[in-house]
Amino acid sequence: MLKDGANNQHSAMGQRTLLPATLLLFGMLAGCGQGPQSGQLTGSVQIDGSSTVYPLTEAVAEEFMKQYPGVRVTVGISGTGGGFSRFFRKETDINDASRPIRPVEDSLARQNGIEYIELPVAYDGIAVVVNPGNDWVECMTVEELRRIWEPNSTITRWNQVRASFPDRPLNLYGAGTDSGTYDYFTAAIVGEEHASRSDFTASEDDNVLVQGVSGDPNALGFIPLAYYEENMDKLKAVAIDDGNPDNGEGCILPSTETVGNGTYQPLSRPVFIYVNAERADDPAVEAFVEFYLQHAGALALEVGYVPLSAEAYELALERFRNRVTGSIFGGGGSQVGIKLEDLLQLEQQQEAAETAE
Amino acid sequence: MTEVQQAVVARFDLRLERRRRLGQILAVILFLATVFGLLVLTALLVEVIREGTPWLDWQFLTSYPSRKPEAAGIKSAIVGSFWLMVLTAMFAVPVGVGAAIYLEEYAPRGWFLRLIQLNIANLAGIPSVIYGILGLGLFVRFFALGRSLLAGALTMSLLVLPIIVISTQEALRAVPQGIRESAYALGATRWQVVSSHLLPIAAPGILTGIILALSRAVGETAPLVMIGALTFVAFLPANLLDPFTVLPIQIFNWTARPQEDFRALAAAAIIVLMVFLFLMNLSAILLRNYYERHRPH
Repeated sequence: MLKDGANNQHSAMGQRTLLPATLLLFGMLAGCGQGPQSGQLTGSVQIDGSSTVYPLTEAVAEEFMKQYPGVRVTVGISGTGGGFSRFFRKETDINDASRPIRPVEDSLARQNGIEYIELPVAYDGIAVVVNPGNDWVECMTVEELRRIWEPNSTITRWNQVRASFPDRPLNLYGAGTDSGTYDYFTAAIVGEEHASRSDFTASEDDNVLVQGVSGDPNALGFIPLAYYEENMDKLKAVAIDDGNPDNGEGCILPSTETVGNGTYQPLSRPVFIYVNAERADDPAVEAFVEFYLQHAGALALEVGYVPLSAEAYELALERFRNRVTGSIFGGGGSQVGIKLEDLLQLEQQQEAAETAE
Repeated sequence: MTEVQQAVVARFDLRLERRRRLGQILAVILFLATVFGLLVLTALLVEVIREGTPWLDWQFLTSYPSRKPEAAGIKSAIVGSFWLMVLTAMFAVPVGVGAAIYLEEYAPRGWFLRLIQLNIANLAGIPSVIYGILGLGLFVRFFALGRSLLAGALTMSLLVLPIIVISTQEALRAVPQGIRESAYALGATRWQVVSSHLLPIAAPGILTGIILALSRAVGETAPLVMIGALTFVAFLPANLLDPFTVLPIQIFNWTARPQEDFRALAAAAIIVLMVFLFLMNLSAILLRNYYERHRPH
């Protein structure tokens, strides 16, 4: 997985930090007189959390266990919030999260004496989709979407969105209110996390939404990008215009490329893993997280997610190795239109400044 | 015949025609009701078998879950389901049958017994997810068993206990009263009556109840999702405190994936689960037949 010089340098550093741990383990195994393969890492890594991040973590766990057969990795799906509450009870080592930690959750972590390391692992896009039979809409502005989705919206027909649209009923489909997808969509479109009109067909199972929209010519819905890409024959994506020429002019369709280069805004978001800082020193957990950040880029594409830039993975790896705890987002929940590299770099500079003082 | 009698006969004949017609209409309606249920079931079966069969091979049965559909399998789920069933049987059967024997044969009749009886009947009707919440609070957290096979089996035991108690009670109640009375008359103690007469005679009914209860435990998802049985487990549980996964959870997980192939995998796993359940129900029938033929007289 070594791609360039910078990478080489960092993994040399990684070996330096891993070496004592490996030696220690080797000593323990030798002392016990067991362990068929010397130096073989053993232990367990327990992960739970978001169903959105699950496919990526599952892929990493699968590959990791091929390389470290002695480590038992388990992954559950309790949702981002449900996963956090288990994480705070120290029942898990790592929590998958499709949104940054919230202030309430952050203070819960403090109460329980838990420090966490927040690491971005990939981007996910949210696609706004309509029925393939819909020939009147190609592009929508964020403002139009906001008027449709805001709480107490009175828009029930297509021509209320734009006068040139036909006079047809507008049927809305969206992710269930417990999902991180819903949280992010409302934050990006309505402007307030977890606020929207309530009269839409909601489902936690995105396949249900795909079926709903593909069978309803008057439908408009939002689903994770991976579900759109698997069902391109049944759905039509709507291009989004955020009215900000700085991140791409005009209407932009969702794709791996536009999500990755930051032009598909505001409906691209980073997804995270949160590592219990205390458990990060456990050799198995440490090896797993390093492996995750080194391989997430390649595996993300395989499971329908968008990799971060090589630079962002580097910065995240450094953040983990320096055991930087706390949230880059200040515990503010979903934030829209951020560039991870900027945030990570900013933080690094601040820390460098602090240590210099 | 008087005029009145004639009128009655005439009227009766008329109504006879009508009643026959009504009877025929009703028979058709009942037949349609049966066919409707069967059609829905057949449609489901055909769809699942059509979608799942191409994926059903030895490799599928002996591989761990994977992000690649062609490499994914249900080894850990099958083994997890098997152990869950065995452990649930070990906990629930002695307690359930024991409770039923006490309630039927020992407990003094009265308001207290009726109260217990009422509660057991209610427990049998409680949604399974509630048992999951109980299991999470009691076994996973309070007894600190974690998300282990043991915690899962204990939760499932609570879930199926009322079913086992009720079906065992029914089976004991079906034993003719004369047998108890004759045995007592010959000086048998209460336990002798129970162990050498009632249990052997009631065995077919008790076994059927147990196997149906265990089939339910194998097919349940909700309580295990509550106590947090895991979705990705690529190893086999080595002891009671190890994490585990089961077939329904693996199926549930695969149906929610965006890729079409995973839904086909889910169908294949459903076929395996159905065969599993079918074999259990078949063994219930065979055991019942065996005991009915070899019933002590």
